[in-house]
Amino acid sequence: MTNASHEVAKGPHHASGAAPSALSAHSIVKRFPGVLANDSVDFDVLPGEVHTLLGENGAGKSTLAAMLCGLYQPDSGYITRNGERIALSSPRAGLHHGIAMVHQHFRLVERFTVAENVILGSRDLSYKLNRSELEDKVAAVADSYGLPIEPGATVGELSVGQRQRVEIVKALYQGAEILLLDEPTAVLVPAEVEKLFENVHAMTRAGKSIVFISHKLGEVVEISDRVTVLRNGRVTGHVSGRGAADTKELARLMVGRDIELTTQRASHATGHEVLQIRDLSLTVNGVSVLSDISFNVHAGEMVGIAGVAGNGQRELADTIAGLISPTSGSVAISGSLTTDRGPIHARELGLAYVPEDRLGMGLVPSMSILDNLLLTRDRHIVVDRTTVRPEAARLIEQFEIKANGPDHVARKLSGGNAQKVLLARELSGGRTATKLLVVCSPTRGLDVGAIETVRALLDDARSAGQAILLISEDLDEVMSLSDRIFVLYRGSVVYETPGESAQLSTVGAAMAGLQPEGKS
Amino acid sequence: MNGNIWVLASADSVAIATTLILAALGALFTERAGVLNLGIEGILLTSAISSFLAADSSGSIWLGLIVGSLVGALLAGIHAVLSVVLRANQIVAGLALVIFGTGLANFLGKPAEGKTVTTIIKPLSFGPLSDIPLIGPIVFRQDPITYASIVIAIVSSLYLFRSRPGLELRATGDDPATVDAQGLSVASIRIRYTLFGGLLVGLGGSWLMLAQSAAWHQAATTNGVGWIALALVVFAGWRPMRLIFGAILFGFTLQLPFTLQAEQITFIPSALMQMLPYLATLIALIALSRPSTRNKLGAPKSLGIPFVRDER
Repeated sequence: MTNASHEVAKGPHHASGAAPSALSAHSIVKRFPGVLANDSVDFDVLPGEVHTLLGENGAGKSTLAAMLCGLYQPDSGYITRNGERIALSSPRAGLHHGIAMVHQHFRLVERFTVAENVILGSRDLSYKLNRSELEDKVAAVADSYGLPIEPGATVGELSVGQRQRVEIVKALYQGAEILLLDEPTAVLVPAEVEKLFENVHAMTRAGKSIVFISHKLGEVVEISDRVTVLRNGRVTGHVSGRGAADTKELARLMVGRDIELTTQRASHATGHEVLQIRDLSLTVNGVSVLSDISFNVHAGEMVGIAGVAGNGQRELADTIAGLISPTSGSVAISGSLTTDRGPIHARELGLAYVPEDRLGMGLVPSMSILDNLLLTRDRHIVVDRTTVRPEAARLIEQFEIKANGPDHVARKLSGGNAQKVLLARELSGGRTATKLLVVCSPTRGLDVGAIETVRALLDDARSAGQAILLISEDLDEVMSLSDRIFVLYRGSVVYETPGESAQLSTVGAAMAGLQPEGKS
Repeated sequence: MNGNIWVLASADSVAIATTLILAALGALFTERAGVLNLGIEGILLTSAISSFLAADSSGSIWLGLIVGSLVGALLAGIHAVLSVVLRANQIVAGLALVIFGTGLANFLGKPAEGKTVTTIIKPLSFGPLSDIPLIGPIVFRQDPITYASIVIAIVSSLYLFRSRPGLELRATGDDPATVDAQGLSVASIRIRYTLFGGLLVGLGGSWLMLAQSAAWHQAATTNGVGWIALALVVFAGWRPMRLIFGAILFGFTLQLPFTLQAEQITFIPSALMQMLPYLATLIALIALSRPSTRNKLGAPKSLGIPFVRDER
């Protein structure tokens, strides 16, 4: 892709407003038990344009997309294709009308080749399959849109960005005219995002319509011809014209109030070393998961670990928490070794751990908030709820947890509130006051309002002098909060930089495994 | 050493392999669709007695084979309803099917205990070819179902790896969400192959009855062949071609105690020899329980996991 082609794509694709929209939704209503997911939503996309659906998690954008591709059926309202009313009873009906969805979690069989994945489900093929013929056919489709793929490669061996391209080629192979991209950048590193955007432009130039679903404001402004904002199932705003959208305005439409997501970094000097990691290596089943990791985290400092999922982040956190014994190297909290001594020992030294899997590892879903708090409190043979109950009530108030009191069952909390309960338990300290907080993807899946609260809580903990290790796949989060940033790639720290001078492009390159200039 | 006994033993191995191939193929199709049916042993027994009763009352071996196969599909249908429609735990459902099938066979077989089929499936004769020393008895003196089982295995391999529906079947076992997103019905695919698998197992059970045993003995008829078939699928890496050779190898081990006895080789206790296939089964099940080994062996990724379309 060249810069020149990029320029062409920036021009308006729909010359006259009178052209019939490729796909429109008219007053769509969709209810789920207890939730009005879509409340008379109107939406349309023209041939050759990128129309973005913007909204928080739970705003109803994925529900709308699911109805546009035939996965769900609306309770009322209807959908038209080129001005004609159509019934989308299944994803197959959607494909029949040229509508395809690229899911956030790829729908690809890892053991199959690219070509096999692309043709899976196609009805127009003969009973007998000829491998090389198929591969040629798939390559021809990919080439015609300038999407480089290798049809003979096994999907399990491809990078996330390449897999996404396979998904797109699959949609195009099936004759899709309208592509719904569900949070396509969530799993990509910045360089891959750029490539995706080039691919999107290549498709719009060929007259395809793109419905882009996202909650990331920056990229929405960059890619969209039009933006429709959803909140609580309703359309709250509509912005047309490339570049006309303003990040602040969109954020306000999304959340319903002004928000400030950028948090300040620690201004004061940091204290003594709380966490010391020396030459930490971990090998699992003969595969090196972590290799030679050494760093410290000081009191009142937040260290961010950036990286694409699966590069050893989870193992690093579990090792620090004492859940895994490293193959070699050591972990110490406030000077005392915790290696091989188990999680209780680490907690007694002041460790608090917020794992990525909130309702699996963090909280016991079937237990009340109170009982979940008790898990880290003093342990007696007889459970003593009466002394902890007032504390639970206080924490619910202090952390603004939306619950019917301490007996509210954890499973029935929303994602944001469950995370707040977990943070409340970990930050308030158990038997020992918390000195070190290890948090993994603390805002994943939360809506913008909850993200703001959680980040503020982390900031407060840092100001209170706790050492924080923030492990997150959300690069923006790591960049905006951390005092120092380490990039983890294939189990090694490949790049480190102070938070304030961190460059998105350099950190992103390091995440993708490219050697940044910054490090020798 | 009597060479003739070993030729006969080899011929026997191929014959015993027939039930193994059919039962294991049945399990293979079921598992390739992502459904784990541990009830093979129960299906084998029930279809064996059904085929016996049908053949005995009608006098037709072929009717016996058909009835036995259909009963196999019927029992597999119970498993399909439990595990695909109701999304029950497949291991529990499968074990329940073993107990149910054994009990049902016992009940149906009460009047037939010890009785013999009047006509049994006879080996084909290829004239002079069948008299070639060594090769003759092994290759050219088997019955039609034995030949058919090998043909079915070869066709199955082509179907799985060279055809469009085969691709969809494999995708269903690996990644049902992908198949669902293509608008294909995961439930329908799983139910169809579970039924088809049961049909093959039923054919294997009927053949065991009508060609091998000839007489109905509840305890001795299947002898745990159903469990061995399950192990065989694992060792064959869910590939029909490898399964043929595995089945013959297992068949050889199964008849070995008798041959050794005939040869009066007694330094290996025959009880120990009889144990071998089950030991293999145990190893296979242990291998299956470890996710990493499972993956290396080539197990379908969603084997035994009910499919639920995730609601956002």
